[in-house]
Formats: sequence, structure tokens, C-alpha cells
Amino acid sequence: MAKVLVFIDNPGASLKKSSLELLTLARSLGESAVALNGELSDGVAAAFGEYGVGTVIRPSTDDLDDFLVAPKAAYLAAAAEAAGAGIVLLDNSPEGKEIAARLGIRLNAGVITDVVAVDADGTGHKSVLAGSYNTACKATTPVSVLTLKANNVTPEPAAAPTTPEAATVEVPAGSSTAAARITAREQKVATGRPDLTDARIVVAGGRGMDGDFGPVEELADALGAAVGASRAATDAGWISHDAQVGQTGKTVSPQLYISAGISGAIQQKAGMQTSKVIVAINKDAESPVFEIADFGIVGDVFDVLPQAAAEIKKRKG
Amino acid sequence: MKIVVLVKHVPDAQFDRHLNGEGFTTDRDESILSELDEYALEAALQLAEARGGSKAGNQVIALSMGPAGAVNAIKKSLQIGATEGVHLTDDALAGSDAAATSLALAAAVRHLGDVDLVITGMASTDGETSLVPAQLAERLGLPQVTFASSLEVDGGRLTARRDADTSSETVEATLPAVVSVTDQINEPRYPNFKGIIAAKRKSITTLSLADIGVDPAQVGFSGSWTTVTNAEQRPPRTAGTIITDEGDAGIKLVDFLAAQKLL
Ligand SMILES: Cc1cc2nc3c(=O)[nH]c(=O)nc-3n(C[C@H](O)[C@H](O)[C@H](O)COP(=O)(O)OP(=O)(O)OC[C@H]3O[C@@H](n4cnc5c(N)ncnc54)[C@H](O)[C@@H]3O)c2cc1C
Ligand SMILES: Cc1cc2nc3c(=O)[nH]c(=O)nc-3n(C[C@H](O)[C@H](O)[C@H](O)COP(=O)(O)OP(=O)(O)OC[C@H]3O[C@@H](n4cnc5c(N)ncnc54)[C@H](O)[C@@H]3O)c2cc1C
Repeated sequence: MAKVLVFIDNPGASLKKSSLELLTLARSLGESAVALNGELSDGVAAAFGEYGVGTVIRPSTDDLDDFLVAPKAAYLAAAAEAAGAGIVLLDNSPEGKEIAARLGIRLNAGVITDVVAVDADGTGHKSVLAGSYNTACKATTPVSVLTLKANNVTPEPAAAPTTPEAATVEVPAGSSTAAARITAREQKVATGRPDLTDARIVVAGGRGMDGDFGPVEELADALGAAVGASRAATDAGWISHDAQVGQTGKTVSPQLYISAGISGAIQQKAGMQTSKVIVAINKDAESPVFEIADFGIVGDVFDVLPQAAAEIKKRKG
Repeated sequence: MKIVVLVKHVPDAQFDRHLNGEGFTTDRDESILSELDEYALEAALQLAEARGGSKAGNQVIALSMGPAGAVNAIKKSLQIGATEGVHLTDDALAGSDAAATSLALAAAVRHLGDVDLVITGMASTDGETSLVPAQLAERLGLPQVTFASSLEVDGGRLTARRDADTSSETVEATLPAVVSVTDQINEPRYPNFKGIIAAKRKSITTLSLADIGVDPAQVGFSGSWTTVTNAEQRPPRTAGTIITDEGDAGIKLVDFLAAQKLL
């Protein structure tokens, strides 16, 4: 049976939904092991067992976070060799892709990014060119490295929980000598809302919000949604750059994407057009966003958003 | 300073893009300089200008790997302000994945010699993998400073800011280094008339795999570590119901969400 290694980076007190998705996928492909970086809390250790992980590997040093990517890739390569992994799975975050990139060179392994599904033979499926093509890609090397987009696997605990074995892998000497050093880290304030990349619903606002994201946030909270934005809105400083959806922001594919006061430029569409259902509210009937909306409202965001939020609260009681 | 800027020639996203080349590669008609590489070029030009520009011996070399047409991405870079161009082109490169591309680009950078900085875009606008900069750093054994939203160089050290999901990081490295920059770093300039005229006098060197000492078997379709086994066009999204607000559109929106079981 194939050995599948999942990289989990600094999970904190509990595993993110996207990590549970990786563990679920790994188990469906073979015997799963985890290469962890960072603290192992009791909650996370328990979740590894519930998700059927056979072995939890940890690095011999605790300074991997002081450097940009390189030593993490070196550690993961050593862990993959120790575990005899045929498939290595990582998050599709920018850092996940970069660790995968370097891991690929270290292991002489093909890397496939933006994967939404994996076949038993390791073939990865991905949607490319802003959602206009579905492709199947396969690494031709003994090891495949795949980065999995969030929201494409339903997390499911194993039928038979495990008691994972613990192992330590030596971080190769010298793996941080040529690495850039992270000299300061400013923690961002948590919004308390769901994470944009794995949220089920996203409410996004654009230049049409005219400096006031209140109505977007109110509707998002009524729906339990994450808040997104166009670059025009983040560039204007109305909301943090982390909320930007699009080519140079986050790519999202939620069940529902509500676009408010956004025109629908190609760079914006690149990040949201694989959403299941798209709703657009824009006062200009000619706006390109209406070409891809399942439900479009030609109207003012300052009328429609508050009315919808109030109606949802009323129905939810 | 000797700065190499990596510029990719990619299909223009303003038009429909297709994967109908050999082995499901992109159709390259209607291609342009990848928009995000303009930020890399601007970052390089600013560093060179702050040090007295080309008169003071600073070089900004635009390097592109790609078929004949890729020379247009280099020409555009020269018009914007790069001091010289290098076109790595060879039939054996066709079909290269990120690993093969980074192998060839790493060899080209070594061939250029004594490079202080390699600056790239945060991602191409076609493959969009962001794999190349990290793989290049790994292959060259150089510090990787990626997704930089600010960049300062002082002597042999560089400082950059990098925005991660939960934190914002200050990153330091020694030169030489590989840096990728985001679209937050600067506002790229447009080529002006003077630049367009000046570009005509700038040199473009063409390199083959033999020139940079790369075995053709290590790149292209045969040397790549990934293969595309299938590609199918997805039906384009079509417009659904469009209504005009008559005072109750918010309620109708909630009705729609309820009908779709999204509440
Ligand atoms: C290299 C590059 C990368 C980029 N990356 C991204 C990216 O990742 N994400 C992104 O989003 N953009 C990106 N852009 C920018 C993109 O091209 C557009 O400029 C941007 O998406 C426009 O944002 P917008 O739709 O909010 O603003 P606009 O295009 O100005 O649209 C505002 C819309 O709001 C409507 N409106 C105004 N007032 C109201 C009202 N009261 N009620 C209802 N509707 C109203 C208007 O009719 C209009 O359609 C990028 C651009 C470049 C060059
Ligand atoms: C739709 C699609 C999906 C793909 N998926 C994968 C995949 O999952 N795995 C894989 O290994 N390959 C993949 N490829 C192949 C990959 O795109 C090519 O190998 C490409 O040459 C480099 O990757 P990129 O375009 O993703 O570049 P990125 O890594 O996104 O590019 C980042 C930067 O590197 C520089 N750069 C990249 N290519 C060049 C170049 N040719 N010349 C000069 N500078 C350059 C530019 O500065 C660019 O901004 C895919 C290609 C396509 C078209």
C-alpha cells in the first residue's frame, strides 16, 4: 500500500479544516503519516489518532520557523525518505506551494499545485486558466508532491482510530545556512470570522462599498460567512489586503460567493469563478460580473445588503 | 549591481486561452509579457536607479525562456528600462514543467555570472504555480525571499516584508539572492517614447541549451517530472436570473438562498 506523508505546519491548539481534508485524502490513498512542525498539543494529537494517522514525525530542531521555507523543505524531504513516502501532500497556501517546490527538487519529484482531487494512482486533478479547463496531471517520478486546495474533500474521521507512533527526523545539517532569516513577525489580529480560503460562504465588497464595509460584514455575520474584497477595496485601505480575492489575492471556491459593488474584472474573476453559486449586486446592469452570476440584482448595495441581512436574522429567529 | 529579472511570455488573459498545444500546452498566439513580471522589473529598475543607473555600471538583464515569440516579452522589458535582454530558446525546452524550467533558468543565471539578485514575479499568469522562484533558489543554493511586498538593499544585505496569512514578516538575507515580488511592492511604469527608441539600441543575446551546458534530455517533455494526461474545456459560466431592485431585492435574495438551501 502506498505511503502518504502529510505536512502539517504549526497547527496550534486544533487542526484547521484544510488539515483534516489532507488527512482524509491521505488515508484514502494509502497508509498515512504526518510530518509535523511546531508544538503538538493534546487536541491535535487526538485528532491525528481519530483520522487514522500511523506515525507522527517531528523535526530534531525547533528553529525551522526562524527561516524562510528552505529548512522546512529540507526537514520534509528527510521525513519523506524516512517514511518511504510515495506521495507527499501539503496545503495549497503560498508557503505550502513553496515548500512543495523545494521538496520536489530535493526528492527529484514532480510537483502538482492547486489539486482538487487525487486518483488512486496519484493523478491530480486541477482547474487551470481561471477555471476554463479541467486537467489531469501526473508526476512521472517515484514520489509525487501534491498541494491540495481547501474545500474539495469532506473531512471524515477514520472508521478505526489509531494510536500514532512517534518518530523524530534529523533536520539535515546546513539546511539553514543559505536561507533567508525571519527577523520579526507581527501577528495579525484575528477577525473571528471563518477563514477566507476554506469558508463555505464568502461575502465580498468592492469599490461600490465607498469606504464602508459595514453592510458587507453585517451580511457575512448573518450568514456565518468570510469577508472578501476586490483589489480596489483593499488598495483603498477599506479592508485588510488579506481579504483580497483574485489573481494576486486568494482563490476561493465556496458554496456561495456574494459579490457586492464589484465590477468583475478578469483578475477578480480569476479568484472566484469556480464558486458553486455566485450572487452579484451592482447598480450597473452592464457590469461584467452579471455574465457569471447565477442570481444578479441591479441595485444599490446600501439598500440590498442591509435588507437581506435583516431578513436572514428574522428567518433564523 | 547586476540584477537578472525573469520575464515570462504568456497568453493574454484578455482573450480566451486554450490548452491545444502539444501535450496540452498553452496556445501562444496573442501572448504578452506576464503582467506580474512588470512589478519585478520595476523593483529592479528602482534598485539600479538608486545606485546611479546604467551609467554607474548597474545592469538590469531581462531573461526569458520560451519559443521565438518570447523575444517580445524581452523587447517590452527593454522599452520599460531593462539594460539588456537574454533569450533562452531551444526546441528541446518545449513542454518543460516547473522543475525543468527552473533547471534551465538556473543554468542560464549561472552562465551570466556574478549576479547579485534574481528578481521574479509572484506567479506567472498562465501556469500560476509560483514554483519556479523557490525551485530556482533551491537549485542555485541561494537565499529565497519570496512574495516580497517591500524590498531594500543595503550593501550586501537585503530586507523585505512578506505578508503571510496570520502574520506579517520581516525577512533578511545576504546577496546574492532570489527574490519574488508581489503586486503590492510598487506601481510599474509604462514604456515612454524615449524608452521605445532607446530599446532599439539595446542588445538581446540568444542562448541555446548547449550554450548554458544543459543536456536536452533533462528538460522539455522528456525531462519533466510531471505530465498532463488530459485537459477538458469547462463550459463557460452562464448568466442566471437578473432582477432589478424594486425595493424588495434583499428579500428576493434571501428567497433565492433558501431555495438553493444555502441558508
Ligand atoms: C496585476 C494586477 C493584479 C490584480 N489582481 C486583482 C485581484 O487579485 N483581485 C481583484 O479584485 N482585482 C485585481 N486587480 C484589479 C482589477 O483589474 C480591477 O481593477 C478591480 O478588481 C476593480 O475592483 P472593483 O470591481 O471593486 O472596482 P470597480 O471596477 O471600480 O467597480 C466598482 C463597481 O461597483 C459598482 N457600484 C458602485 N457603487 C455602487 C452601489 N452603491 N451599489 C451597487 N454597485 C455599486 C459599480 O457599478 C462598479 O461596477 C488586479 C489588477 C492588476 C493590474
Ligand atoms: C495551466 C498550467 C498548469 C501547470 N501546472 C503545473 C504544475 O502543477 N506543476 C509543474 O511542475 N508545472 C506546471 N505547469 C508548467 C509550468 O507552468 C511551466 O513549467 C512554466 O514554465 C513555469 O511555471 P509557472 O508558469 O507556473 O511559473 P511560476 O512559478 O508561477 O512563475 C513565477 C515567476 O518565475 C518566472 N518565470 C517562470 N517561467 C519563466 C520563463 N519561462 N521565463 C522567464 N521567467 C519565468 C517569472 O518571473 C514568473 O513571474 C503548468 C502549466 C500550465 C499552463
